[in-house]
Amino acid sequence: MTPTLQLFLILSAALFCIGLLAALSRRHAIFILIGIEMMLAAANINFIAFWRFAPQPAQPTGVMVAIFAIAIAAAEAAVGLAMVIAVYRHFRSTNVDQLDRLKG
Amino acid sequence: MNSWITTNVWLIPTAPIVASLLILAFGKAARRAAAAVAILGQIVALTISIFAFVPTLQTHGFRAIQNFTWFTFGEQTLRIGFVLDPLAAAMLLMITLVGLCIFVFSIGYMAEDKNFYRFFAYLSFFSGAMLGVVVANSLLLLFVFWDLVGLASFLLIGFWIERPSAAAAAKKAFITTRIGDMGFFLGILWLYHRSGTLLFYDGGRGCLEPIALSAIGSSVTLIALLIFCGAIGKSGQFPLHVWLPDAMEGPTPVSALIHAATMVAAGVFLVARVYPIFAVGAINGVTTSLTIVVWIGVITGLMAALIAVAQFDIKRILAYSTVSQLGLMMVSLGVGGVAAGIMHLLAHGFFKALLFLGAGSVIHGVHHEQDIRKMRGLRKLMPVTFATYAIGMMALSGVPFFFSGGWTKEEILHATSSWPRSHLPHYSILIGVILTALYMTRQIIYVFFGNRRAASEHAPESPSVMTLPLIVLAVCAVFFSIVLTPAWPWLESYLTGHAAHFEPRLLIQPMILVSLALVGAGVSIGIWIYRRADETDPLQHAQPALFRFLENKMWIDEIYDRTVIAFSKILARLSDWMDRHVWDGLVQDIGRIGQFFGRVTTSADERVINAGVDESTSGAQGLGRLMSRWHSGQIQTYLGAVALGMLALVLLYAWLG
Amino acid sequence: MSTVAFAAIAIFTLAAALAAATLPKLMHAALSFAVMFVGISGFFFLLGAEFVGLVQIFVYIGAVAVLIVFTILLTRDDVENVRSFQWGGAIVAIAVFAGLIWAIAKTKSLPLTPPQIEPVTVQRIGELLMTNYVWPLQCVGVLLTAALIGALILVMEEKS
Repeated sequence: MTPTLQLFLILSAALFCIGLLAALSRRHAIFILIGIEMMLAAANINFIAFWRFAPQPAQPTGVMVAIFAIAIAAAEAAVGLAMVIAVYRHFRSTNVDQLDRLKG
Repeated sequence: MNSWITTNVWLIPTAPIVASLLILAFGKAARRAAAAVAILGQIVALTISIFAFVPTLQTHGFRAIQNFTWFTFGEQTLRIGFVLDPLAAAMLLMITLVGLCIFVFSIGYMAEDKNFYRFFAYLSFFSGAMLGVVVANSLLLLFVFWDLVGLASFLLIGFWIERPSAAAAAKKAFITTRIGDMGFFLGILWLYHRSGTLLFYDGGRGCLEPIALSAIGSSVTLIALLIFCGAIGKSGQFPLHVWLPDAMEGPTPVSALIHAATMVAAGVFLVARVYPIFAVGAINGVTTSLTIVVWIGVITGLMAALIAVAQFDIKRILAYSTVSQLGLMMVSLGVGGVAAGIMHLLAHGFFKALLFLGAGSVIHGVHHEQDIRKMRGLRKLMPVTFATYAIGMMALSGVPFFFSGGWTKEEILHATSSWPRSHLPHYSILIGVILTALYMTRQIIYVFFGNRRAASEHAPESPSVMTLPLIVLAVCAVFFSIVLTPAWPWLESYLTGHAAHFEPRLLIQPMILVSLALVGAGVSIGIWIYRRADETDPLQHAQPALFRFLENKMWIDEIYDRTVIAFSKILARLSDWMDRHVWDGLVQDIGRIGQFFGRVTTSADERVINAGVDESTSGAQGLGRLMSRWHSGQIQTYLGAVALGMLALVLLYAWLG
Repeated sequence: MSTVAFAAIAIFTLAAALAAATLPKLMHAALSFAVMFVGISGFFFLLGAEFVGLVQIFVYIGAVAVLIVFTILLTRDDVENVRSFQWGGAIVAIAVFAGLIWAIAKTKSLPLTPPQIEPVTVQRIGELLMTNYVWPLQCVGVLLTAALIGALILVMEEKS
């Protein structure tokens, strides 16, 4: 008895939604980053799972895409955290509630 | 040499404009150099104009065009170009020569001004723009330079910007001419729509050539009249003449340039240039558009001559005389005497520049006093100015034989006498000749004769840098008449493209005797009225009401104030009221609807929360907060919206497939 | 690939993820975040993508989690007000989850069993990166450099 693709998809959907929850409902800017990283990881699970369950092609495209996605996610995390620090310096807060300069 | 100049006509307007830019860029440091550069630019333009004049002499009806593509958009190509023909060449010579005299004169007149260099930059720009109008071979290019002339006039009339009256006059000149320009531009657009080209001459396909003219069809009269609107504005014709006398607020050399060589000449030149459009379908030389030109000219000429009799400002008298002379030129163009009109324009350029510069010399001498009643008796103190001014006055009055104005006026009289539609223009010009002689005599008597007043007690003769241009212009005004006489009508045949024949018996014509008699009458009436003139004008004694009417320029400015300007003010108030009460009310009502919904939402929120007894309401509270934060500037809200959008897409995709 | 292992890793990962998303103290959340990535790496191992799993551990636990901890320490804004948890976010997240589940359940053509595969060796991935994926690799290199410089500039103290 092995887990089916459906199970992996449901799991990654759950992980994605927890990431979304973290990004949407927490006030701290770092949580938004954490949430986004979770969502990216969920997407990576999907890539790998689809690769694993699909008929095998010549190239492991899913694996390669996952590797690049991780690299880009790392870059995104570095810039995002730098922005958190810059924002904190500027506003003395990382509470996104108070960062409402975009307000119309 | 000849072929070189026909392809490089563009150099003529370029030289002064380059000079102007150079002065603006570097002139602040060096005052003397600024004037030198401006004069150098003008000399270059004059030299090239002389070169350009040569080939037009060699062939009758010479016309060289050089067109090129400006840009292409889609199927359409916009082409502009330059033209050199007798009309342009003669204008070029007059403008550069008169311009040069005015530039030299300005060195003396503006010597003490702190913005000396700027003045020369603007003058050069003005002259360059006008030269561009003359050599343009495209109505669009002409319009571009036409507007540059307007801009330069605005800058120069308002040169003494610290005076409120100068600033107002500059604005008035700009806006008034703009009204005419709007018509002009509509005319250009309509013409392009009809004929598909704005080039004047294009080897048979230009808009002034028969093929395009016949393609225009019945709207040609309206197009011609719209273009004439531009000429009305620029050449100060009734009813847009009001800016021209106010333009006297600028420095006197500017008035000379505006009134003699550049701005006002542009309107007359424009009508002469596009004359074929006016003359389409002429029966006996009469078309509707030309008839309107004639009547506008008649009204302008008579009205301005009458007003000039009752003015006291030395420059205003000259200004109204310009308006009146321009009316005369328009009449001449309208009745078919294009050559006569242009001849008068050229001659007028010389002697009106002479008169203005003479007036400038007088004003300079009496320390910027412009009221002729306060001058008196300058004859002995300023002999050169007096002599040259007298020559200018006689040329303007139209004394025959020795003065250019006499011959050209005689030509115009000749042209109007044979106009088939009405004899009224002819008679009104005769009256105009008498009036011109009258007000010029009055001015001369006031300024140069009689007992000296305080202002004129120690008036020195102007320095030679100012008198020299006067002498040059005076010589031109006299010797120009050589090419104008009916015995050897060289200029007329040059302009119309025929060979000139020398026939001495044509020298004495009945019309010349008539005009001699009229001028004599005008001068004698003037001397008789003003021989014992003092502070109050003798006419003021005799006809106080009429005099006040004329002194206040027939109250035309006041009429405009009460009608056009008042109307636009009412319109503005109405718009303001509409804005405040109607549109604003609407906006507020819509706002109130929004407020109402807001209240409903708020009250629903509050009730839900108030009614909620436990944690279960906090979900609703979160939803309400989410809704109320719709435009909160919170990135999380936006992220949530993105997530919901994604969800919708996923659902749609799953549902479809 | 056994269902037992899957269930264990899934419970472990989801619990860590929930903790990371909901724990009030930031530092706890960050640590849970690191733990969650261990679980995700477990999935990658389970699926036969060992290299990706290792990269995940190195990058996330070795670098990103440490970065997050540093940031928390640098901003010293640790304790978060629990009351300020936004239920709107939860509702949206649940709705998205429901939608995804519905979409997955509706899709009938998903394969049930994985085929037999050759293991993806590090050597093969290295060859691919140097041949077919050399352009993306270069681009990612440029991107990482740009991100590095950008991050440095962002946090650099402004000279007054």
